[in-house]
Amino acid sequence: MSLESTGVPSAGQLSAVHPPEHMRKQRAYAVFECFERIPCDPCYWCCPQGAVRAFADINDLPSVDYTKCTGCGICVAHCPGLAVFVVDESHSSSHGLLKLPHEFRPLPVPGELVDLLDREGTRRGKGRVVRVVGKARGDTPVVWVEVESHLLASVRAIRVGGRTP
Amino acid sequence: MRIDEHPILCFEKRKTVKFVFEDLEMYGYEDEPISAALHAAGIDVLSRSPKHNRARGFFCAIGNCSSCLMEVDGVPNVRVCTERLREGMVVRRQSGRGVIAEPEDRGGHVL
Amino acid sequence: MNCYDVAVVGAGPAGLEAACTAAHYGARVCLIDRQHQIGGQLIKQTHKFFGSREQKAGTRGIHIAQKMAEEAACLPNIDIRLDTTALGFYPDRVLTLDQSGRYCKIKCTALTVCTGAQEKMLMFTNNDLPGVYGAGAVQTLMNVDGVRPGRRVLMVGAGNIGLIVSYQLLQAGVSVAAVVEASPRIGGYAVHASKIRRLGIPILTSHSIKQAYGRERVTGACVWRLDAHWRGISGTEEHIECDTICLAAGLSPLTELLWQAGCKMRYVPELGGHVPLTDLSLETSVGGVFVAGDASGIEEASAAMLTGRIAGLGVARYLGICADYGERFDECSMQIEELRRGPAAQKIIAGIRKLRGETT
Repeated sequence: MSLESTGVPSAGQLSAVHPPEHMRKQRAYAVFECFERIPCDPCYWCCPQGAVRAFADINDLPSVDYTKCTGCGICVAHCPGLAVFVVDESHSSSHGLLKLPHEFRPLPVPGELVDLLDREGTRRGKGRVVRVVGKARGDTPVVWVEVESHLLASVRAIRVGGRTP
Repeated sequence: MRIDEHPILCFEKRKTVKFVFEDLEMYGYEDEPISAALHAAGIDVLSRSPKHNRARGFFCAIGNCSSCLMEVDGVPNVRVCTERLREGMVVRRQSGRGVIAEPEDRGGHVL
Repeated sequence: MNCYDVAVVGAGPAGLEAACTAAHYGARVCLIDRQHQIGGQLIKQTHKFFGSREQKAGTRGIHIAQKMAEEAACLPNIDIRLDTTALGFYPDRVLTLDQSGRYCKIKCTALTVCTGAQEKMLMFTNNDLPGVYGAGAVQTLMNVDGVRPGRRVLMVGAGNIGLIVSYQLLQAGVSVAAVVEASPRIGGYAVHASKIRRLGIPILTSHSIKQAYGRERVTGACVWRLDAHWRGISGTEEHIECDTICLAAGLSPLTELLWQAGCKMRYVPELGGHVPLTDLSLETSVGGVFVAGDASGIEEASAAMLTGRIAGLGVARYLGICADYGERFDECSMQIEELRRGPAAQKIIAGIRKLRGETT
């Protein structure tokens, strides 16, 4: 079952968009879960560090220079496909930090516990919200949530207040 | 059925107006499509089909399909998805094809 | 009778670009739309657009609509008539209108038809029940009128519209039971599909709706799996709890005005149905009648804007007021080619080639 029939990328597709192993524990990094050639390049224009390389063709997939990426999360808020996530494995010994787009109301508040959902929408546990950036109506809010380290590679959405969604 | 909080859209406060639907007093917002006001009030059935008397509601909500024809202020076959709500409007379901009044009775309605 | 250089029918992204482009060259433009506000389908698009910076990528459709409407309103040589339906275009260059219930006529040297598209209907038992709505209707209700269409929706179609509207339903506080897609593949962008999968909406490919249940309103639906020949497989029926069924199974161009004006039409399935024959400047077989946007072939908003601009240039050249047509046309061509370089646009390219008689 492929991305084209399920909407869920394969492990192989995902590993290709992660930084090299030795760089992952150093600092936060952005993961661009963008696997399809469509005309789109706001990620290139919005990165203040220039970590997204210039597009030769607007249909190209983003190419990231992880020596420049600081994991600030600006790309998370700008991607029209909501396909970018920041992972910070260095957050603590037991937990990492995820920065996820969340365009719903009510927004969670720092300290709140939220449900963590994986790429298939399965609930994988709970996480504590650390910060919410971009709360004005029309922004794409980015929620910073603490996640147990072993779930960092799977969790890609949150559910606030136990409701659907 | 009305949306109060939305992550992207801001629904501005609009003026509430009273209208009548099948002898029932109802409220909606001035200038919204009549079909939206009815839908918000829980009214799904806008008419009954000509041959088999089946329940009928709107479909396209943009004025293309003619599924939403109702009688408004005595005028039949009004597309309520494009007709705007005004204070005091009288809205009724019609059964099948509406009856268009003779020119003398139409009171100046050109089209 | 009011006389104009060009009448543009439809003030969505294609019509707005067509009108503003012609107006920039000095044409007197009448911009007509049967809706109460300018912007066509853009006024319901709460998601951020893809494309290039030039095509306003990263901006929400609703804000693009606002900017384009402001630009049109600022041009003194554009006369905007809303709540106005174009009825017919005649050989003496008269365009008849129903302007808020009043019948009137205008004269125009050129005509640009940007009337967009409508949802395809699907055949299934009880498809006429209240609660069966087109995806566009659901979007209008939620995003323009601020009213929820129902409590729980079955979405039929996993093209971009089905996927995007499913997401918008969640944003409006409505739950989505599932998206069914007849094809074995999801038709829309993978990122749109991923976005709803991680929020718990299942996407059932090779599935379609068999029937709706209910008498006065939808109370549920039955879906089933399809075989390789698109036929439902008995025994695979599954009941879906829902009170709303949203049809997003494709669009057909709205071309009544083009038929009525006598344009040569051709049936091209890749473009959504019947479309007019056009040359590269989007002029139809009737001199001075141009077409742009979904009415010329189903594509998407960025393409609508670019084809609108091309048609606007075509009109300006037709009127003899476009000194730099070649240069501006090449610019637009390049942009639209870039847009159409991705795999998603191959169907459209095949359709256009068929239309131009380059293939059968």
